[in-house]
Formats: sequence, C-alpha cells, structure tokens
Amino acid sequence: MVDRVVTGAHYGLRDWLFQRITAVVAAAYALFLAGYALLHPSLDYYGWTGLFSNQIVRAFTLLFLLAAYLHAWVGVRDVVMDYVKPAGLRLAIYVAVILALLLYAIW
Amino acid sequence: MMMNRNRPVHMELSKIRLPLPGLVSILHRISGLLLFLAFPLLLMMLQSSLRSIETYTLLAGLLRHPLSRLSLLVLAWAALHHICSGIRCLLIDLDFGGRLAQARASSMWVIAVSLALTALVGARLW
Repeated sequence: MVDRVVTGAHYGLRDWLFQRITAVVAAAYALFLAGYALLHPSLDYYGWTGLFSNQIVRAFTLLFLLAAYLHAWVGVRDVVMDYVKPAGLRLAIYVAVILALLLYAIW
Repeated sequence: MMMNRNRPVHMELSKIRLPLPGLVSILHRISGLLLFLAFPLLLMMLQSSLRSIETYTLLAGLLRHPLSRLSLLVLAWAALHHICSGIRCLLIDLDFGGRLAQARASSMWVIAVSLALTALVGARLW
C-alpha cells in the first residue's frame, strides 16, 4: 500500500501543468520589463510611475504576481519535499511558506 | 549469473561528479529559492519606487551602495539563470533536445547565456 503522508507527493500532473503556465506568464512579464528598460535607458521617477499607472501594465503586474506566488509555492514545496524528510518539520516549513506567500499576496 | 561485486557504489556526494545538466538543475533550484527569499525585498523596492519621489530617491540612494549593487547583481543572475534553464525545461517538455549530447550542449548555453546577461546587467549597474 502506498503510504500517504499529509505532506507527501502524488498530486503531480495538475501542479506540473500549473508550474509551466505560471512560468510562461512570469517570463513574458520579465521580458516585457527588460524590453521596456532597454528602450528607455534614462528612466526617471516620472517615467517609472507613468508606466505603472497604465491600466494594462497594472493588470499584467497583478497577473505576474499571482503567477509568481503559485509558481513559488509549487517550487518551494517540491524542493522541501526532496530535502526535508521528517513530516513534522516539513509541515512546519509548508505552513511558514504558505503564510508568507499569503502575506505577500495581501500586500 | 555472475555479479560484479566490486562495482563502485558512491553515496558520498563529494565523490560523484555532477554532470552539466545536473549542475543546471541544482542551480535552477538554488536560484529559485533565492528569488523566493528575496520576494519581500523586491516587493518593498517596487512599492517605495512608486509611492513618492522622496521614497524613490531614498531607494535610489540605498541602491548606490556597492553591497546592495552586488546583491542586485546576484539576484539578477538568479532570475536570468532561472529563466534560461526554465526555457530549457519547457523545450525538453516539448521534446526538443532530450538526447544526451543536446542536453549537455543546452546546459552549456544556459550557463553561458545567463552569465553573459548578468555581466551586461553588471555593466549597466556600474
């Protein structure tokens, strides 16, 4: 019988797909920002706030942040799953990571 | 059937030579973890860069310090390496470059391209 621990594995495919979708979103956003910085080498405060007052840029930023949270959760969980074996400690780290990510999301 | 009982079994990490794709993989993890840990810092920077001209200039002043520039450079490397090796991962998922020779070559590219781009960021920072 498979021993299923609360912090164990076996919820694979959905997370695998999620990780890739969120990665593409984050990469697109990073490319957008890098491209913008390249096109505007002498960006000052007014250019910078102007960029982030654009409605589309704001929406894209929010989308990026959400994607980054999900991506970070799956990624950190996978790494912890590989290196931290004791279930209790693992659970504690998960809780800390989830709380931190929720906090960032509210922020 | 005869078994070769003398084959080397290395469980000591220091005796296993990590192949290049393995190096890219572990660096993907390390850079990802770094980015996760730096997340609140980056959020704070974005916030203070947008809030007002005073916080913007304060942040710009703080970032002029050599140490903060160095940390930014490390974070830039982490982001660039994470993106480059992530793209490599996606290509392998789409069945490009899964053969051993290709996997080695693309690992070389990931390391080289992310380091080169980091150098460019560094040149821009200083």
